[in-house]
Amino acid sequence: MFPFGDREGQLITLEDLPLGGPQQLAYPMDPRTKTVRNGSTLNLISLIRFDPAQLTEETRELAARGVVAYSAICTHQGCPVSMWEAHAKNLFCACHATQFDPRDRARVVDGPAPRRLPMLPIKLVDGVLTVAGGFTGRVGGERPS
Amino acid sequence: MKTTRTLLALAAVLGLVMLPATALAQGGYSPVTDQRLVKPEPENWLQIRGNYQGWGYSPLGQVTPANVKKLTPVWAFSTGVDSGHEAPPIVNNGVMFVVTPYSQVIALDAKSGKFLWRYKRELPEDFKALHNTSRGIALYGDKVYLASLDCFLVALDAKTGKVAWQKKVEDYHTGYYMTLAPLVAKGKVMVGVSGGEFGVRGFVQAFDAQSGEPAWKTYTVPGPGEPGHDTWSGDTWKRGGASVWLTGTYDPDLGLTYWGTGNASPWFGDQRAGDNLYTASTVALDAATGALKGHFQYQWNESWDWDEPDAPLVVDYQKDGRTIKGLVHPARNGYLYLLERSRERIGFVSATPYVKQNVFRSVDSKTGRPDYHAERIPKTGKRADFCPSLWGGKDWPSAAYNPKMGRLFIPANDNHCGFMEGKVQQYVAGQWWTGVDIPDIGFAVDKSAKYFGQIQAWDINGVKRAWSHQFPDSMSWGGVLTTGGGLVFTGGTNDRYFRAFDASTGKVLWQFRTNSGIIAPPASFSVDGTQYISVVSGWGVDPAFQQGLISNLLGWEKDVPQGGVVWVFAVSQ
Repeated sequence: MFPFGDREGQLITLEDLPLGGPQQLAYPMDPRTKTVRNGSTLNLISLIRFDPAQLTEETRELAARGVVAYSAICTHQGCPVSMWEAHAKNLFCACHATQFDPRDRARVVDGPAPRRLPMLPIKLVDGVLTVAGGFTGRVGGERPS
Repeated sequence: MKTTRTLLALAAVLGLVMLPATALAQGGYSPVTDQRLVKPEPENWLQIRGNYQGWGYSPLGQVTPANVKKLTPVWAFSTGVDSGHEAPPIVNNGVMFVVTPYSQVIALDAKSGKFLWRYKRELPEDFKALHNTSRGIALYGDKVYLASLDCFLVALDAKTGKVAWQKKVEDYHTGYYMTLAPLVAKGKVMVGVSGGEFGVRGFVQAFDAQSGEPAWKTYTVPGPGEPGHDTWSGDTWKRGGASVWLTGTYDPDLGLTYWGTGNASPWFGDQRAGDNLYTASTVALDAATGALKGHFQYQWNESWDWDEPDAPLVVDYQKDGRTIKGLVHPARNGYLYLLERSRERIGFVSATPYVKQNVFRSVDSKTGRPDYHAERIPKTGKRADFCPSLWGGKDWPSAAYNPKMGRLFIPANDNHCGFMEGKVQQYVAGQWWTGVDIPDIGFAVDKSAKYFGQIQAWDINGVKRAWSHQFPDSMSWGGVLTTGGGLVFTGGTNDRYFRAFDASTGKVLWQFRTNSGIIAPPASFSVDGTQYISVVSGWGVDPAFQQGLISNLLGWEKDVPQGGVVWVFAVSQ
């Protein structure tokens, strides 16, 4: 679902995702109860649509028609990865400038984040982007001990 | 003999008795009074800049140009925390307090480095901040005051580190956070808020130092009916920015505090027509009531992200044969301002460029209002190039003033420029809202330049540059300390060095390579007759981001190691 703005609460379709990015932030909705999981920004997800041929094989396995979904919470300090580096087509964290490659399981390309963004497997069910499994890693940033 | 006993008794009543270095470990602690803050003892460093006036000056003179070469580490302490450490050690009669990123406070024995206690704030799981740092703590009575990242004012017991009380200042979900050290005067603890990049409306708020009850709150963007509100168009004032990133200075005689304010939100002036008071300004607030008693705006309708958050130094100087009760501010816009302070107003005296700046066509000699080159103003849908870049001639690291010399020391950055083009961004509470995404902020350097970072020394009477030390391979990101011994101490460079300069000549007399880059201001204190120089080394935040950009342009090493360490030095015997 669109998380905020004019279309807040509306379903995000394939047509809403420009090919090659940038990302569209989203909150998931429980398809049975219709509950939008927006109680915490930790639930924010980035959706990006690519030509499937541009994705690594490992990434393509968890994508749907070239659409990939990642946690939008930076693994560094928990900031929303809400920006887009248009030249390299990378996800960009506003707080400390980590860049993640969305075509390669959100590998860290640059910046201080210690690990990649967890990926959320998705599939298309009746044309709707649907969660197909759990995150591939722990969602959230590091904290000092 | 009788006189001596009487004086000792009087000193005891006033809480002035010198405690031994292990005072806190033995259960004693010297309460911090208004009198002590107004006239701090040379042996202590009770406030982030050493005094209310913001001088960064220690009168101690044991360490001199003649013996500084023998400065050696006495002890070090790892904070166990990464990211940008921007706070100086605070020392009260042998007890040192250090605050780290993520709102942790550590108490140490200042002479031995022995660990005393640590306060760890549990930040909410969904908390995030662009700048996760802290610029310091404040002492008053038997308490330590912390402005936490998640926007609480926390009072700690100075002896134990236990929370005495805490008060919510604002809701962090909406983008508010706090990075500054509180300012305490006459029983009130004052704090200001960060968050301009998220579209907050800045303010300074005071709380009763004992009870924590709110005393007053003054917005730095005036609301309807308040003077200056008509400098905003429509509802733009509601998210107008003017964050208060740094601690104010204070003139106890006038009873006025002076605060620097951030730029406006969003960053592009054409989205909020008008001068936009009191953004990019110095404001004078009555410490007792919060009433606005004067202001000076450096840039009207600000459009370059040139915050002016560093409060002006309270300095009296000579001009045209008379003593002016003044304010001195090396501004992010690249000009060195001399202002005049009074109970009623802040007056303009002069503005002198100290780095290359190509935005101002002129500065009005009476009012200080700049006239802009139109082509240098970035707008919505219109790119403009400008110098210096958004990090300015001097960002938040503070300058220092040596009253024996009448000399100001500025950590300056030159030969860098920026370019931006604005766009209209939809406002979402707690989300980035500047009108430009960070990957689209342009940064450039003059590749033929012989230097970038500098330490500049200026004689304030006459506004003349005395010397400049230039760093060809680094920016200058360190706050400055100057001493009665005629020295200047600062770090700030990407090579991790902590340096001592001769304040008279600018010659580097001593340097020591620390664990990380230093972006915190040093402090000086003495215990049992020995003068110590102390600084926290811990690179991060903006210097780290900027270093990454420059590494792409000039090939500088990108990997400046992080992790905080408190260093304490003394002259070896």
